[in-house]
Amino acid sequence: MALVDAQFVTGVFPLCVTFGFAFRHMFGYRWMPMTTDRITTHPSPAALPHPLRRQVLAALIATPALPALAQFRVEVTGVGLTQLPIAIAPFRGEAQAPQKMSAVVQADLERSGQFRAVDASGAVLDETARPDVALWRQKSADSLATGSITRLADGRFDIRFRLWDVVKGQDLGGQSFVVTQGDLRLVAHRIADFIYEKLTGERGIFSTRIAYVTKTGPRYSLWVADADGENAQSALSSPEPIISPAWSPNGGQLAYVSFESRKPVVYVHDVASGRRRLIANFRGSNSAPAWAPDGRYLAVTLSRDGGSQLYTIDANGGEPRRLMQSSGIDTEPVFSGDGRSIYFVSDRGGAPQIYKVPASGGNAERVTFTGSYNISPSISPDGRWLAYISRVGGAFKLHVMDLSSGTVNAVTDTTADENPSFAPNSRLIVYATQQQGREALMTTTLDGKIKARLAGQAGDIREPDWGPFQKQ
Amino acid sequence: MIKRITLALTVVALMAGCSSGVKLDDVPVEDKNATSTTGTNSGANSGNTAQSGVAGVDLGQSGRDAAGPVGVSRIVYFDYDSYVIKPEFQSLIEAHSRFIKSGNGRKVMIEGHTDDRGGREYNLALGQKRAEAVRRSLALLGVPDNQMEAVSFGKEKPAAQGNSEDVHAQNRRAELSYR
Repeated sequence: MALVDAQFVTGVFPLCVTFGFAFRHMFGYRWMPMTTDRITTHPSPAALPHPLRRQVLAALIATPALPALAQFRVEVTGVGLTQLPIAIAPFRGEAQAPQKMSAVVQADLERSGQFRAVDASGAVLDETARPDVALWRQKSADSLATGSITRLADGRFDIRFRLWDVVKGQDLGGQSFVVTQGDLRLVAHRIADFIYEKLTGERGIFSTRIAYVTKTGPRYSLWVADADGENAQSALSSPEPIISPAWSPNGGQLAYVSFESRKPVVYVHDVASGRRRLIANFRGSNSAPAWAPDGRYLAVTLSRDGGSQLYTIDANGGEPRRLMQSSGIDTEPVFSGDGRSIYFVSDRGGAPQIYKVPASGGNAERVTFTGSYNISPSISPDGRWLAYISRVGGAFKLHVMDLSSGTVNAVTDTTADENPSFAPNSRLIVYATQQQGREALMTTTLDGKIKARLAGQAGDIREPDWGPFQKQ
Repeated sequence: MIKRITLALTVVALMAGCSSGVKLDDVPVEDKNATSTTGTNSGANSGNTAQSGVAGVDLGQSGRDAAGPVGVSRIVYFDYDSYVIKPEFQSLIEAHSRFIKSGNGRKVMIEGHTDDRGGREYNLALGQKRAEAVRRSLALLGVPDNQMEAVSFGKEKPAAQGNSEDVHAQNRRAELSYR
């Protein structure tokens, strides 16, 4: 059988591609029993041609009974510079399947800004067929993905694909998956990650997840969505505000600030089980949780000793340890990727600026020098970039600093940007902003050239946090 | 009191599936929770837990305030970028200090708020500064520290909506609330 051939083992995610949170179980790459039956069987709006897509979205807006469907829509508004032309042939059997796999893969790759889709509609191909590479070269594609989806007797789906370099006529490998319907999107994102890594040399972020908060009427909800914004699932719903969600480094837990007891307290919430534990509920305000990269402790802002000050606290709770003493506000801690430094915001110099301090405490060093209001630092996982919000003439704008040179660029043309968070491959930033008076979430490349809007259909959307790579 | 509210919230959270409010229409997600964490058989899907699943938690209504001193406002307003209590609020603070001291271990929460400009966490810290200013004023008037708690809602609970300076002024405040 074709799938046993050696090419399939040459994937970038070789023998163990595991999914979701169950990384304790390392499944063989070919046979991954992800099991679920979820109701989300509607076609993705992003999968449809553009005018129709808009209509579908409108229909969803008008249907209040579907809050978890198509919570987001992604639109690429910028133009990339060098884009790799790729054809994604319709997967054999996807017309009868609940998820149009090729469309999800294509939308992922396009949103990254690094790929341009070559029309492959009508192609009759699957992973077992050797494609006519001359034909695809003629269509100016550099690469081609083919695949199939088959419903098995037990109701699960078998998905297989293969990637071709049509310039060299070379098989670049493939993967196969056996999953339940609820994980079909995840498989499509995994396929996009495989293609992205094979062709760019960098890890893809399509199978990661984003957390964010919505306010709809008097209710606040904390959501977990795929990185393309689809498949949003509610992790928490509350009559009081929820802010500052932060993914644990293993992607299994969210720390956040909840006001459900009429004051800000910090919870750690296991996403798969819904189990929550209070980790900071001290006298005064408890806020701004940030995970240490090892996941064993967090930095938080507490006012228990008067004034907002930084502390570290064990991830299981316990007695907090004060990091520094300052006379003013210290808040918004965030760890550098190597765990050695904590970046934070302080008004110790009279106005809020970003500083950094060794994670064990010590002397703080100022990082931002331009402007009189610089807040909400986020450090790229590769340690090269600092994203933050700077007030410029009354507008709050996302800025990106190259930490090695100190060069700063404003990367948006909006005026109420908030709360940037890096994708785990350091290539994209998700942030909150306002467009036409409505809250929105956007992603942008670090140079600001390619932006995508993750559009919600109801209420306000804010406080995005991009989750880590899922364990392989 | 806080304990009681927390307990109530916990109970409500346990009954999440049948509560009203924002609907978690993705009910199977919650069912999976029951399956994986308690072993309860939740129907057709049990044993078929998606690895990308999220178990939802739905909290109920929050607690309510108790009464404060009769005929006295509970709100102190602040100037832009300021944490100084203006002289016109001194009598309000004195009335509350008498009220707190007269009651048997009466407890007051001082809740700081900001207008909606700027970041959520930084505003939370600014609101805390306002709450602490009121707490210090009450302490000067002899209110014991263990009967007060200064907390902040930042910009999360505006008293008024809009972008005018008048709206901003209404939102820059500290509220005294009795629990």
